Amino acid sequence: MSRATITPDRSAEVYTTERTGPRKRARLPGDGLAGYLFLSPWIIGIVLLTLGPMLTSLYLSFTDYDLFNSPEWVGLENYERMFSDARWLRSVEVTALYVALAVPIKLAAALAVALLLNGKRRGQGFYRAAFYGPSLIGGSVGVAIVWKMMFSDDSVVDQLLLTVGIDTGGWAGNPDFSLMMLVLLAAWQLGAPMVIFLAGLKQVPRELYEAAEVDGAGRWRRFRSITLPMISSVVFFNLLLETINAFQVFTSAYVVGGPNGQPAGTTLFYTIYLFDRGFGDYRMGYASAMAWMLLLGVGLVTVFLFRTARGWVYYSGDSGDKR
Amino acid sequence: MRQRVITAGGGGNLSRVAWHVGVLALLAIVLYPIVWVAAATFKPSSEIIGSLQLLPSEATTANYDRVFEGVVGIGVGRFFLNSAVLAVLSVVGTVASSALAAYAFARLRFRGRTTMFVIMISTLLLPFHVLIIPQYIVFQKLDLIDTYVPLLAGKFLASEAFFVFLIVQFIRNLPRELDESAKIDGANHWSVFWHIILPLCRPALITTAIFTFIWSWNDFFGPLIYLSTPDKYPLPLALQLFIDESTGSDFGALMAMSMLALVPVILFFLFFQRFLVEGVSTSGLKG
Repeated sequence: MSRATITPDRSAEVYTTERTGPRKRARLPGDGLAGYLFLSPWIIGIVLLTLGPMLTSLYLSFTDYDLFNSPEWVGLENYERMFSDARWLRSVEVTALYVALAVPIKLAAALAVALLLNGKRRGQGFYRAAFYGPSLIGGSVGVAIVWKMMFSDDSVVDQLLLTVGIDTGGWAGNPDFSLMMLVLLAAWQLGAPMVIFLAGLKQVPRELYEAAEVDGAGRWRRFRSITLPMISSVVFFNLLLETINAFQVFTSAYVVGGPNGQPAGTTLFYTIYLFDRGFGDYRMGYASAMAWMLLLGVGLVTVFLFRTARGWVYYSGDSGDKR
Repeated sequence: MRQRVITAGGGGNLSRVAWHVGVLALLAIVLYPIVWVAAATFKPSSEIIGSLQLLPSEATTANYDRVFEGVVGIGVGRFFLNSAVLAVLSVVGTVASSALAAYAFARLRFRGRTTMFVIMISTLLLPFHVLIIPQYIVFQKLDLIDTYVPLLAGKFLASEAFFVFLIVQFIRNLPRELDESAKIDGANHWSVFWHIILPLCRPALITTAIFTFIWSWNDFFGPLIYLSTPDKYPLPLALQLFIDESTGSDFGALMAMSMLALVPVILFFLFFQRFLVEGVSTSGLKG
């Protein structure tokens, strides 16, 4: 899609088929059955693996179910119990703190590196790929093990900090630093949003900078008044994507902190607690209710982001509409 | 320096050198963990922790030797094979089912298409945790726990909306005249799809295949809940088992096994980075 562009008449056609579908369909009667046939794997999947399970999980969230006895209807009890469940409250706190720290730090780092790499420079492709690399392995068990090792007592990070006189006793075992260690692991994977930022930066018309320079705008001013507004839709896209991803972090937290969120429950992420409840003690009803609360939380944050977006996301006529 | 790049173009030799030095320094920090673990696998366990020295005082392959002795009596090759089987089947299933669905969404007209497209897009935002418990219950009732079926079913049913969307976008940008003229020549939908659309979509299909491979290779959560026999474990689960087994004291072997699990992904990346980076910048894949 990077090489072909939508010609005006074809993009118009895309719209008309979306909007006046019924009339068009009458003209081409043959597509109906073929359409469903081509879509049949997806349709089976969406019904059996997505919509069906969603309804089931909604039902289960109002029951007490241990996988072996039949579900017992308990009304809103699961939902009510969460608010007096210390571990649940803890997991909400840990996850919220993680999202609030990891997302802005990761995005700021990604934008900074993207700005640095933007422009026609020799080796740009190599650097872009090299910074992107960690995004592919960052969520794996192997990297989580390595990360924990690097940040454990007396290991490389601890030694480095000791040389400047800071003694943390290793971040992995220190409740004050364990979450920060995972935030840094998220920031380390700055490559994915960086690549998207770079795609956005490429769309900013150069003339704007030239005009601003003529008007005597400094670098910071040009960044604030041109770059940021022009890539705001890309910033929003990254923000949305990274926020939703951050809510769902599991593997690295599990490897680092186990099912109890060691040390001292500081890495008890929502997903970890959900897993522990569902597959550790088979409280399937409670875990389903937790899953729906997560969906509600993510949904509210998404709506909130879309609402604030009206104030700061700027859509120009033809830039930033690639996705 | 960062700001100067915005205006780009200008700048003499000095600023160009400064830029490269700056970027390389930053890159060194970012890639340091990988270099560190690669070096650590050749150190004795006692040297991994407690020293800032990157290179081992005396390189040893003892860590790798211990890894190749296996975990709970199962050879490491077995775990590699399990991971590879899962990854290859995931790739086949995802590419096939996503391409079929994408062709329908991008080219065919039928009742409910727009609604279904909206449903597909909204699953992008759906936390999968809402689905795992009922999915687990279904697979448990069907007696499919501790098999690969639960891990692969979704792959063959186009459940990764990112890829369907990626291919839809790609097909929409292909000139429609190609399939129209084939249809005038009497080609049916299947031959248009197979002979015209699929070959032209190759870049999008390759991106899909590579990401599916890597995600499947790294997947931990699915195997964690569905598999219970160590014989069937893929590498990430075997790594976790290894931690539990060695009670975390054999750092060297642990690092070596982590490294072995990462190497295929790193190699994949080196060979296919062009497709990966372009796939991300055009579709916003998470990576």
